[in-house]
Amino acid sequence: MNTMTLKLLVWRQARPAGPGRMVPYVARGITPEMSFLEMLDVVNEDLIRAGEDPIAFDSDCREGICGMCGLVINGIPHGPERATTVCQLHMRRFRDGDTITVEPWRARAFPVHKDLMVDRSAFDRIIAAGGYVSANVGGAPDGNAIPIPKDVAELAMDAAQCIGCGACVAACKNASAVLFVGAKVSHLALLPQGQAERARRVLEMVKQMDAEGFGACSNEAECEAVCPKEIPIGNIARMRREYLRAMARARR
Amino acid sequence: MNPSSPGARPQAAPPALDARIPSGPIAEKWDRHRLDSKLVSPANRRKFTVIVVGTGLAGGSAAATLGELGYNVVSLCVQDSPRRAHSIAAQGGINAAKNYQNDGDSVHRLFHDTIKGGDYRSREANVYRLAELSVNIIDQAVAQGVPFAREYSGLLDNRSFGGAQVSRTFYARGQTGQQLLLGAYQAMMRQVHAGTVRILPRREMLDLVVIDGRARGIIVRNLITGGFERYAGHAVLLATGGYSNAYYLSTNAVSSNATAVWRAYKRGALFANPCYTQIHPTCIPVTGEHQSKLTLMSESLRNDGRVWVPKQPGDNRPPPEIPEEERDYYLERMYPAFGNLVPRDVASRAAKRVADEGRGVGGTGLAVYLDFADAVRRLGREVIEERYGNLFQMYQRITDEDPYATPMRIYPAMHYTMGGLWVDYNLMSTIGGLHVLGEANFSDHGANRLGASALMQGLADGYFIVPCTLAHYLAGTPLPEVTTGHSAFNDAAAETEARLNRLLSVRGRETPREIHRRLGALLWEKVGMARDEGGLRQALAEIPRLREEFWQNVSVPGSENELNQALEYAGRVADYLEFAELLALDALERRESCGGHFREEFQTPDGDALRDDEHFAHVAAWEYAGEDRAPVRHVEPLGFEYAKPTTRSYK
Repeated sequence: MNTMTLKLLVWRQARPAGPGRMVPYVARGITPEMSFLEMLDVVNEDLIRAGEDPIAFDSDCREGICGMCGLVINGIPHGPERATTVCQLHMRRFRDGDTITVEPWRARAFPVHKDLMVDRSAFDRIIAAGGYVSANVGGAPDGNAIPIPKDVAELAMDAAQCIGCGACVAACKNASAVLFVGAKVSHLALLPQGQAERARRVLEMVKQMDAEGFGACSNEAECEAVCPKEIPIGNIARMRREYLRAMARARR
Repeated sequence: MNPSSPGARPQAAPPALDARIPSGPIAEKWDRHRLDSKLVSPANRRKFTVIVVGTGLAGGSAAATLGELGYNVVSLCVQDSPRRAHSIAAQGGINAAKNYQNDGDSVHRLFHDTIKGGDYRSREANVYRLAELSVNIIDQAVAQGVPFAREYSGLLDNRSFGGAQVSRTFYARGQTGQQLLLGAYQAMMRQVHAGTVRILPRREMLDLVVIDGRARGIIVRNLITGGFERYAGHAVLLATGGYSNAYYLSTNAVSSNATAVWRAYKRGALFANPCYTQIHPTCIPVTGEHQSKLTLMSESLRNDGRVWVPKQPGDNRPPPEIPEEERDYYLERMYPAFGNLVPRDVASRAAKRVADEGRGVGGTGLAVYLDFADAVRRLGREVIEERYGNLFQMYQRITDEDPYATPMRIYPAMHYTMGGLWVDYNLMSTIGGLHVLGEANFSDHGANRLGASALMQGLADGYFIVPCTLAHYLAGTPLPEVTTGHSAFNDAAAETEARLNRLLSVRGRETPREIHRRLGALLWEKVGMARDEGGLRQALAEIPRLREEFWQNVSVPGSENELNQALEYAGRVADYLEFAELLALDALERRESCGGHFREEFQTPDGDALRDDEHFAHVAAWEYAGEDRAPVRHVEPLGFEYAKPTTRSYK
C-alpha cells in the first residue's frame, strides 16, 4: 500500500493564557483512506507511546454533523475541500512530502483551551438569548394544523442545517458571527411557529452576539466559502432586514 | 466477576423483578397511571434539584421539560456544547402513528410492528405507551419549529422504513436527528435563559453517589481543568446513550461511552439484556487499521439498491466485468418476499454468511455490493440523485468512488444497543431516584430495534414520561437534604481519584487505543453477528487476560489535574474491559436466537433465528455482586396478551 510521510506544523498551547507556538511533527505511514483526524490520531499514538503529551483537538461524530471538530489547515478553516468538515477531509487530498500547518479557530470570542481546542460557549449563550420558539411541552396543536408551503419549509431547512462549528467566525477577518446568528434567525423567522417572538428574537440574539466580542460584518463572504453546510449569506441579509423591522416596530 | 465460572447461578433463584406495570386494559394503562401518580405543586418544584447526565434527545428533552415545569435542573454533557450529542447523527426519521397517509396506521399497529420487530422480547405496556406518545412528539416538534419535510399542500410528508407496511416516518432531509436534537437543545437553552436549567458541558460522570439506597448525586471530572466536581440532587437521570463503542469500531461518535451506566451498575443498578446489540447492514466497510469509526449509509438505500456478491469465491474481477449470471443477488434469492428490504438483523447475517464463504468483495473481502445500476436504468439518474444525492455524495467523499458508475461496497457494523440499565414502567432503575432514559435504558425495542424508532423512544422518555414519573417519585419519597460533604461523596470521589491515579501510574508501552482495538476485534469476532458457546467461552477467557494486560502495560501520559484526553480515553477503555465480560456472559446464558442475538446452535434449517419462548421469554437483568464474584442473573418474565408471539418470517 502507498503510504505518505507528511511534515506537520501544529499549534501547541498548554494553557488558555499561556503562550503558544508552531511545533513540527512528522506523520509517517499515512494512507489516502485516512481522514485528517485519523492522521492526527496516528501522530498522537506515537506521542502517547513515547510518554509525551498528545495534541489536544476536538471531534465527536466524525461524520460531519455534530460540529465539534474544527481546525485551520493551511490557513483554511476545515481545510481545502469544499462543503466538508475536517473529520470528512481525507488524506488523498494531500501528497507525500507535503508540509501542512494546523491551527485552532482564532477569534477573541473563542479562547483557546489547549492546543487546537477552543471554547465556543458564546454560541450557546447566543441561542439562550432567543434562538428558540417558546413552546412548552404539552398542548401543542396537531402537526398539520398549520400548513407550511414546501418552499418555505425548504428555505427554513437550508438555514436550520447549521452545525454550529464556528468555521464562519474563524474564516472572517473580523471574527464576525453573523452567518451563525443569521441562520438561526432565518430558520425561525421563516416559519409560522416563529412569528410571535420574531422581533424580540433578533434583537436579543444580536445584542448577545455583540456582547460576546464577535466583530462586525464587512461583506467578504469568507464565511459562506468555508461553511461545511454551505449556508448561504442571504441569511445575513435576512437577519439585517429582520433587525431593521424589529427596531422600527420597537420605536412605534 | 469470576471468570472461571461464567454463568454460575446463585443457589436460590432471586425473586422475579417487578416492572410495576399498571393494571387495566393496555390502552388505558398510561392514562390511569398518570391519574394515579402523585404531583409536585408548582411552588415546590424549584426546591427539587434534578441532575440530568447527557444532552441527546432523551436527556435534552428531559432537561428542557423539567425546567419548564420549574424544577432546578443541572444538565451535564461530555461535549463542548449540549447540541453535539450523538442523536444529532440520526439520518432517516422518526416514526409516529399519525395515519396522515390514511394507509391503515394506528397506535395499535405501531405497537404491534414494534413488538414483532423486537422479536417478542419487549414489554407490551411500555411499547403501547411509546406508540401512543409518538403522535404527541410530532406535534411538539412542529410547535418548536422543527422543519420537517412537507408536501406541496404544506402538510407533513412521510416515508416508509423497514419492518412496516405503512408510511409513518417523518423526516427532515437526511438530518432528522439533527433537527429534533436542535429543537430539544433550543428548548433547553430557553430554560437556561429562564434560570431553571444550568448547563455544564465538558464534564464526564465518573461515579454515582448512593445514600440510603437512593441516587443523590454524581462525581464528575471537569475535562478542561481536570478537577473533580460533586453535584448533589434529589434524583439523577442518566441519558448517556449505548455501549456500541465497546466494539471499538461502530457508527457511534468517538466520545460515546459506557462509563456512566457501568458505574451505576457497580453501585447497584441492574444491567438488562446486554447481549441485544444491533448491527446495521449498510455501512461503509472498514479500510484499514487506523480507522476510528464507521459511517452508516441510510437504510432507505435498500429501496432501490440491489445487494449482490459473485457466485464464485475469490472472484476479484471489477464488478462491471462480472456477468449477470455469475452474480448472486442473495437477499432476493433467500428472501423472495421481502428481497433487499428484510430487517436489519436478517440482512446483516446474510452478508456475513456470504463473506464467510469467501465471496466478499473489496480489498479485505469484508464487503458486499449495493448496486444502483438497475435503478438508474429504470428511473434515470436524476430520480436517484433526488432520492439519495446527499448519501451518494457522502459515500464518494469517504471512498473516492462514484456510486453512479460502480456499485457501493457496504458491510454490517455495530450501530445501536437495545440492552441497557433495567428500568421499571416509571423508567426508574433498581436504585431509587436513578432514572434511565433513551438508549441507556434497556428500552422498548426488545431484541431488535426497527428503523426510525430510536428518536421516538428518546423523546417519549424525555418530553412525556419522566416528567410525570419523576414527580411521583419526588412527591412520595422522603428525601432528607444531603450536601456534597456527605461521607458517600467523599468515598466515591476518593475511589474515582484512586482509579485515575492507577491508570496514570502504569506507564507501560501500549496505548489505550491499541488495547481497545484488540478488545473490539475480539467482541466483533466472538460476540458479534453470530455467536456460539465455544466462541463465547473463549471470549470469557480472553477478556480478563486483556484486562490484565491493560492494567500492566497501558501508557497514559500527563497528570489528572489538567486537560488530558489520553486519560479520558483510558478510563473508558478500562470500563469496556469490564463490561465486555458481562456482554459475553449474557450472550452465553441466553441459549436461543432472537433479533440481534444470533446463536449458531439455535437456528431454523434455513438459517433464521430460532426463539425459545418456553425458556427465554424474559428480560435478563444482571446484578453486580463484587469484584471477584459472578454477577447474579435476575429475570423479569414477559407476558404477551395483545401481540401473540409468532415466528418472524420474511421469505
